[in-house]
Amino acid sequence: MTTAHPELSEKTDVIVAAATAARPLAAGAVLRALRRSPMAVAGASMLALLVLFSFVGPLLYPTNQTDVNLLDALLPPGEGYPLGTDPNGFDVLGRLMLGGQVSLEIGLLAAVFATTLGTVYGAVAGLAGGVVDGIMMRFVDVLLAIPFLFFVLIIAARFTATPLTLSLVIGGFSWLVSARLIRGEVLSLRVREFVQAARLMGAGDRRIIFTHLIPNTFGVIIVNLTFQVADAILVIAALGFLGFGLSYPVTDWGSQLSSGVAYITAGNWWLIFPAGLCIVLVVLGLNLLGDALRDVMDRRR
Amino acid sequence: MISYLMRRILVSLLVLIGISIVIFVMLHLISDSPGRVVLGAQASAAAVEAFNREHGFDRPLFAQYVDYVVQLLHGDFGRSYKLNEEVSVLFAQNAGRSAVLSLSGLVLALLIAIPLGILQAVRRNTVVDRAATGIAYLLYATPSFLVALLLIALLSQLVPLFPAEASQSTSPWVVFTDPRAMALPLITLALTNVVVFSQYQRSAALEQLGMDYIKVARAKGAPERIVLIRHLLRNACIPLITLVGVMIPTLLAGNLIVESVFNYPGLGLLFLNSLHREDYPVLLAYTLIGGALTVLGNLLADLVVARADRRIELSR
Repeated sequence: MTTAHPELSEKTDVIVAAATAARPLAAGAVLRALRRSPMAVAGASMLALLVLFSFVGPLLYPTNQTDVNLLDALLPPGEGYPLGTDPNGFDVLGRLMLGGQVSLEIGLLAAVFATTLGTVYGAVAGLAGGVVDGIMMRFVDVLLAIPFLFFVLIIAARFTATPLTLSLVIGGFSWLVSARLIRGEVLSLRVREFVQAARLMGAGDRRIIFTHLIPNTFGVIIVNLTFQVADAILVIAALGFLGFGLSYPVTDWGSQLSSGVAYITAGNWWLIFPAGLCIVLVVLGLNLLGDALRDVMDRRR
Repeated sequence: MISYLMRRILVSLLVLIGISIVIFVMLHLISDSPGRVVLGAQASAAAVEAFNREHGFDRPLFAQYVDYVVQLLHGDFGRSYKLNEEVSVLFAQNAGRSAVLSLSGLVLALLIAIPLGILQAVRRNTVVDRAATGIAYLLYATPSFLVALLLIALLSQLVPLFPAEASQSTSPWVVFTDPRAMALPLITLALTNVVVFSQYQRSAALEQLGMDYIKVARAKGAPERIVLIRHLLRNACIPLITLVGVMIPTLLAGNLIVESVFNYPGLGLLFLNSLHREDYPVLLAYTLIGGALTVLGNLLADLVVARADRRIELSR
């Protein structure tokens, strides 16, 4: 920038300094702070435990989850079947691992989809401002007022659900809160020096959204993502429980639990409570981790 | 105040119209041929087409929507595809039972959560506070159907105190006339709501406890009981009012699950059975009513807060 215009060069230096002063997310520092938080450690351990259980477990404890075996149906926990068998004669422990894979995958996929959609939508609305912002956010208000579980149920009852369609449907209804959050962040960011500096340097809207605004909301996005996964897993569980979840041979924790409810009066607890415990642990782990993350991010501001 | 009121009502009406359009269009996309649903899979394509033409389902979507709204304004929710009954009659039979159950659960939850939240704030970081927060985390992660099933296993099977099925009485007041048969559904609803409300109340009360007016009241020598009840309670409840207002979709969803687990004949069970029957007029009407209740809840929450907190009025 050593040009014949020292004055201009000085100004650009200030602008460049302002632009680089924007400090997105220092992952190392956040991780260090999280390691000191008992909540984060507890939450992360629960999650790690369940991920290992669901994805590595079947390698160490292989079971037959494809052939129905009615001779061994509804056996209580005992020799050969540490958690008993279900009405189709499947080993419950092995089935929990399989259901865990599906529940975790759908939860993550739905949350990523919802958060991505919400982030882009919120950033566009916040940056656009004025009438466009007004219309976009009123649309969010309208969708937020629609009881979301009802709609997901209607869709799940009409079409055969697969893990992918289920994630898209759940994600398609849960991006609204992220959109509001990100819009709020963007509204406060867009008047900051580094965004104005980027604009002065000729950056277009798309560049400002994707390289300046969104990276600076990563903190909010990640915290939100954590809670979204937890919420999505609860929705899948509710769908499965009400009998509108995935159909055989795919299974998830909610559907497994649901198949046990018919037998609750017979005292077949092993069909219900192990699956229930998995749901509670994964949601609790995510909520603890999310709250700890939020505390860390808030302190860094 | 009046102009604020008018503006809020106007916005709510617009949102309501938006909701009705979105719900109507989406349900039409999900199931676009009522003739097929009513006549069944075996009916010929010609018969289905004739049925749709006869009932006006072949007209443009916009015309069908306008007709539906005109019907709604006359209190007509359409006719069930499968039950040979007006939807409004079905709702009239079931709404009372659901409303009384949900509202009793809500009131019970508030009666527990408000004192609990304030107690936690006053005794913050003591054993009591930490234990309550820990339990709240645990229950918050527990789906309501699991809470219900645990209660059945503990209080109906292990210790046979209450029946595992809700009362099948047709009276909407069965919560009060036969509390034993309604205990488990009520406890489920209360427990799942208490954990949300109490944590919210705790942080609201904590915020208020640091304010000057509390310090002044204490400095003037007012007994702690008076400080908490007369000064703190009113201000610390404002955030909770907003929360209850916006929680209506959650309450309706909770209602759906509880009615399903305990086989309680209300709107939630009607909705679930209609899902199995593909009875779209019922599904459409209930989703619309849910949306309308949500808008109403938001509006009422805003108005109550504006009434309770005079600063809002001044700033408008």
